Amino acid sequence: MTADIFEYSPAPESRAIVKLKSEYGLFINGKWVSPQSKKKFSSINPATEEVLAKVSQGNQVDVDKAVKAARAAYNKVWSKTKPKERAKYLFRIARLLQERAREFAVLESLDNGKPIRETRDVDVPLSAAHFFYHAGWADKLEYAGYGDNPKPYGVVAQIIPWNFPLLMLAWKVAPALATGNTVVLKPAETTPLTALLFAEICEQAELPAGVVNIVTGDGTTGAALVNHRDIDKVAFTGSTEVGKLIATSIADRGIPATLELGGKGANIVFDDAPIDEAVEGIINGIFFNQGHVCCAGSRLLLQESIVDDFLTKLQSRMAKIRVGDPLDKNTDLGAINSSAQLTKIKELSESGTKEGANIWSAPCTLPTKGFWYPPTIFTGVTAAHRIAREEIFGPVLSVLTFRTPQEAMEKANNTPYGLSAGIWTEKGSKILWAAQQLKAGVIWANTFNKFDPASPFGGYKESGWGREGGRHGLAAYIKGAK
Amino acid sequence: MSEFGHKLIDGSESSLKSFLDNLPGVDKVGAEGRAAMLGTRSIKTTSKARAIDLAISMVDLTTLEGADTPGKVRSLCAKALRPDPTDSTVPHVGAICVYNDMVKVARDYLDSIGGQSIPVAAVSTAFPSGRASMEVKLRDTQDAIESGASEIDMVIDRGAFLSGKFGSVFDEIKEIKALCGEKAHLKVILETGELATYDNVRKASYLAMLAGADFIKTSTGKVSPAATPPVVLVMLEAVRDFFALTGKKIGVKPAGGIRTTKDAIKQLVLVNETTGPEWLTPKLFRIGASALLNDLLMQRMKLSNGRYSSANYVTVD
Repeated sequence: MTADIFEYSPAPESRAIVKLKSEYGLFINGKWVSPQSKKKFSSINPATEEVLAKVSQGNQVDVDKAVKAARAAYNKVWSKTKPKERAKYLFRIARLLQERAREFAVLESLDNGKPIRETRDVDVPLSAAHFFYHAGWADKLEYAGYGDNPKPYGVVAQIIPWNFPLLMLAWKVAPALATGNTVVLKPAETTPLTALLFAEICEQAELPAGVVNIVTGDGTTGAALVNHRDIDKVAFTGSTEVGKLIATSIADRGIPATLELGGKGANIVFDDAPIDEAVEGIINGIFFNQGHVCCAGSRLLLQESIVDDFLTKLQSRMAKIRVGDPLDKNTDLGAINSSAQLTKIKELSESGTKEGANIWSAPCTLPTKGFWYPPTIFTGVTAAHRIAREEIFGPVLSVLTFRTPQEAMEKANNTPYGLSAGIWTEKGSKILWAAQQLKAGVIWANTFNKFDPASPFGGYKESGWGREGGRHGLAAYIKGAK
Repeated sequence: MSEFGHKLIDGSESSLKSFLDNLPGVDKVGAEGRAAMLGTRSIKTTSKARAIDLAISMVDLTTLEGADTPGKVRSLCAKALRPDPTDSTVPHVGAICVYNDMVKVARDYLDSIGGQSIPVAAVSTAFPSGRASMEVKLRDTQDAIESGASEIDMVIDRGAFLSGKFGSVFDEIKEIKALCGEKAHLKVILETGELATYDNVRKASYLAMLAGADFIKTSTGKVSPAATPPVVLVMLEAVRDFFALTGKKIGVKPAGGIRTTKDAIKQLVLVNETTGPEWLTPKLFRIGASALLNDLLMQRMKLSNGRYSSANYVTVD
């Protein structure tokens, strides 16, 4: 029997289900309108560099139009809509997302480069779950613990990233609508297509015009939205760098913001961990979604006594990661979202080598077109290396070691970020102890990257302000709630 | 020490206990999650065709009923050699698996029809419960070997294992292995459905391998649950790690509950992505089954002629 006896044949998901238009306008006040500038830009498939569609570049005039539409919809319709009627719209959206799940999964994979296995099993089902969950809250807000007459802010500006385009939309739009706000949403420049398909869902659900407005564009569009004088609240997910700009911009206006920013999560493996499952968890922690995850476990902290065995197992597991066509149902690691991101990953990886860490990449053949980076680990990393401090946002893991549990905690917390952490041990008391020491908003024990709409998500320190999801997440959209 | 070909243990109860109790634990949620993820692999076209033939060649075609007759066993033997009478490209199965009294019937018949290369496996040591004296278990095994069995599927004493008497289980396996010698391959049935936890599955796997098992097998087929994907995953991990420690390749045999081509392919994916493709051979991986073979044959026909055939196109057992 030869080694290639069980080479999996390609099992591509069909693209036929996605009917893309060649060009998209802006979705303002329930209508598709041309951008004032008439400018369009291309959204490409990062796995092939093929142009998928032309998308509108919104500017200040378009943003103003969208904010006015959202304001009018809030004043005339949405603020007067009964909570249980709001709930019905959310339920309707959730069901439509489920009905069109395959279409969303394929499009998300095309536009973002992430594997269909993840869009099909994670992004789309979780997005629908967020709408279902918040539909349930819409008429029960007075029982959420924010007073007996909770009020929305009004018009909310929402800016979302490219790593989970539809899911981040759901995280933002669902709680905003449930609490009675109207929305102007700007999707990321490189991944606007599922948001535009979501606009079709809003039409299909007969959501009143202007309740959800979608303005595509680049960073200048986002800046125009944040700087608009008639918004009541900002919700942003993205880089810490941009988060700081937003915080500065709103500082003199007295409007609140929720910011969900970067991270440099520590995945801490103690010597009494369930080793095989810990290896899986580390893989999932850093290679899920090509490492384009703000809460990725991008620093592996290994207890000294298990370093060699663990790394052997980790590398042999990494060698089995299937890199390639995102639409192939057997692909584990897809394309890097953009050429810019690939450049950043390469630059940081080079710094790792230059600063003295040892690089190892899984042997795999990368496609010639598109943006690709192999699953990579750095060993011999010290806390002073850039790759131990800066967010790489790619499939690159930095391995550090520790001797005592206390040392692990100190190293894990030694970062300006504080979004996530993982603890791997079979000892329950150690889990509870470590969870108390770690300064991170989300701490997973013996698992990683598990999400649920009922569970609040958010960070300490430079990882952001506020929480999304769960009862806590509602506070972000209720006036005066903390 | 060297008696076991490696230096992990010295064979004493205390060394066994210390070794087995120090194995890393298995996280139930994580193991089940990994097995479920591998269950989503999509095996199509050429790879499916290869997987089906591979699975057929790994089937231990089994009949373990009180009502078994020599006629039924002969019919099974004929099927083992030529699973599809209309298609000679179908490989023969891995082995025939029967009770002791049918071993001779099977061996003689296989020899008479040109099936010398197909081994006969006997279930032994007071199968399926293992509740008999060691003397009886040895005699039972001796009887199977004398009748022509070249593979012995023994059961472990689960009562002893669960009460922590690892030494006693170890000694039994060792004695049966000594009896098998060069004449028969030893498969050790853990009966994972009675072991209750994945930690126990891992411990029992190591115990059997340390005592000299050539194969570790999940189940008798008389207890449910049997060869679930996470159980097989944990056993494959044990085999992989045992190979890293000792350089010895031990086989794995899931048995019980694998009825469809889909189930069988999921098992092959587990092997491929856990131990690696070196284990994808009937020498190191078998599937204990009876109904599975017909489903594999029907799927094979479907791939070759594009139509789903009725069950009348495959032979009854």
